[in-house]
Amino acid sequence: MLKFLGKRVLQIVILLFIYVTVVYWLIEAMPGSFVDQYLLNPKLTPEIRENLKRQFGFDKPAHIRYLIYMKNFLTLDLGISFSYFPTKVTTIIAERLPRTVFLFVTSTLVSYVLGYSLGKRAAWKRSGILDKTTTFVGIVFWTIFLPLLAIFNIWLFGVILKILPLNQFIDPNLWKTAPLSAQTIFIRLLLTALVFLIVFLIALLISNRLKTIPAKKTMLYTSSITTIVVSIVIWILSGYSIYAWDIIKHMVLPVLTLTLYSFAGSMLVMRDTMLDVIREDYITTAKAKGLPDNVVRDKHAARNALLPLVTNFVISLGFTVGGGIITETMFSWPGIGRAYLEALNTQDTPLLIGLLVFTGIFVLIAHLVADVLYAVLDPRIRY
Amino acid sequence: MTEMVVAEPLWKIRLKLWVRSFKTGWELFKEKKLALFGLGVIIFFAIFGLLYPLYPMIMRNLFWKDDPFGYQTFMPYDPIIGFDPDIVSHPSPPSLRHPLGTDPLGRDILSMIMYSTPREFVLGITAALITVIIGTIIGASAAYYGGVIDTFFMRLADIVMLFPSLALLMVLSAFMELTLFRLALIMGILAGFGSITLVLKAQALTVKVRPFIDAAKSTGASDAYIIFRHIIPNILPLSFLYMMFNVTGAIFTEAVLSFLGLANIRMSWGVIIQMAESSGYLMGASIGTYWWLWLPAGVCITLLCSSFYFLGRGLEEIVNPRLRKR
Repeated sequence: MLKFLGKRVLQIVILLFIYVTVVYWLIEAMPGSFVDQYLLNPKLTPEIRENLKRQFGFDKPAHIRYLIYMKNFLTLDLGISFSYFPTKVTTIIAERLPRTVFLFVTSTLVSYVLGYSLGKRAAWKRSGILDKTTTFVGIVFWTIFLPLLAIFNIWLFGVILKILPLNQFIDPNLWKTAPLSAQTIFIRLLLTALVFLIVFLIALLISNRLKTIPAKKTMLYTSSITTIVVSIVIWILSGYSIYAWDIIKHMVLPVLTLTLYSFAGSMLVMRDTMLDVIREDYITTAKAKGLPDNVVRDKHAARNALLPLVTNFVISLGFTVGGGIITETMFSWPGIGRAYLEALNTQDTPLLIGLLVFTGIFVLIAHLVADVLYAVLDPRIRY
Repeated sequence: MTEMVVAEPLWKIRLKLWVRSFKTGWELFKEKKLALFGLGVIIFFAIFGLLYPLYPMIMRNLFWKDDPFGYQTFMPYDPIIGFDPDIVSHPSPPSLRHPLGTDPLGRDILSMIMYSTPREFVLGITAALITVIIGTIIGASAAYYGGVIDTFFMRLADIVMLFPSLALLMVLSAFMELTLFRLALIMGILAGFGSITLVLKAQALTVKVRPFIDAAKSTGASDAYIIFRHIIPNILPLSFLYMMFNVTGAIFTEAVLSFLGLANIRMSWGVIIQMAESSGYLMGASIGTYWWLWLPAGVCITLLCSSFYFLGRGLEEIVNPRLRKR
């Protein structure tokens, strides 16, 4: 295992360097540059031109700039953004990343829970009503034109029902007098969600040790409900609850859209592996023992079909960073995808390279985690 | 031992075998109602697109009989430069003259949709064909030769998979004008070196260890002959299956790029929605009022994409015995 990990990490490092090089030269080769819009001004004197070029680093030849970039990259410095001068690219990413990650982790989690429960039921009663309808609806949503779904959701919930805000991250009128920045509140919300997740996982671990089913259920439910109630009470007492609520309200539509769009992916994977597992002999044995149908389905079949779903989950988390372009544009959500589109339009080379490189690192780490998880979850797999 | 003399020429036997396997495949396929539905929708769109030249003629005879000069001047059913001068304000809601209404520039939406349909097919199928041809050849050779070739193409696939494809196409749109054909070419090539090679290589590896490959080798068949005559025909069903999924991906990507205004395509379903968005008809309360600007085109994209996906899923159950019912 350790040997495999070492080999894999080495591969990843080599891959990353090739990737960074390709990305750098690709973006570098793009026609035009950020300074061009200033240099085109005929009133500038030659000294000012030289100055401008030097300040943006365009006075050195491209290969020297590449070497400088790689040197900085080794110290985890992705340079300074042009359009947000003098903010560092890493600062911009650090500001935008939580929004994208929160959006996508929530929707991915929901869609995987949905896909898991629908997929196992669909496979259990193959060619039944549920199987046919979920497959049909799922594939239609899976291949739907994402902007269409977003427009439709905005129209339905924002215009007709008027229960949710149309787009944006916050409501500016409310935040005019806010004592804290939206980012701070958002990070605190994120921490709350993290605490809840940890409590839930611990409760899950403890309840696995408990003997009877009612004890397991009470353990799980009481712990999660207490955490929710306690965190809500803390939020209300802190006085920032209206701001937090505002952010949550703005998050519902993008999360709903993404969930609808992506649940079929996990559902189809679950259904196909489940169909494979159902044929195994131990399922027949379990049925022959006279176990209830849903126990065989949930405990014997679904558990063993879970493996591809888990690795799929990790890998799809890796793609969140790149996948947000459409959703974030449609809902004016200021995340990584929007930043990418803006950087492309303004030719903000360092930000563009930084975002692509960061996405690559994210995907590579996700793949590594998926490999490790595979070995941990399936004892048959030895590296 | 009596010697069997086969009188029929070889091609006839091949044809018979082919027809027989097609028949058994069709029997299996017929049971998949969703796949049949997908096939039906695809055929519908093909006919719908081919009927496009008829549409302006019919409309001219119905509504423009008295005004042939006006028709020739304004060309009200041209998808790109058309304009209807008899309607006071554009966009106008669906009416008998314009079954799906007109867009802000006064063009007929139905004619725009019909005009784009064959182009979507060409784009999707070209891109998918290129992907599958590259992927199949690389997958088969990587599995057959192994060693350096295998490592090289697999690492290449790793790097290609690292790039978010939409983001990469956006960058490429700055380099060149992404016309329909160029876009299809680029998408096809990018996808061809990506994950499809991994899948097809895995399949080709299972073919490579079968005895008939050794038999072919011992009779002195060349490497190229074995790859093209023995390995590729055996992984072709799987490649064909992936072609269906790639058509979906290509049409979707084109629509998104057009929607974001990054592709240089004169008319497509994505462009229609982009038109509505850039002229401000997708903001706030006007979304529902001007539904004909975005709904028909969006539904067309969704339907065509999903029908290819349904077809692919149906074929998957035939190609992949693991998923068959019994």
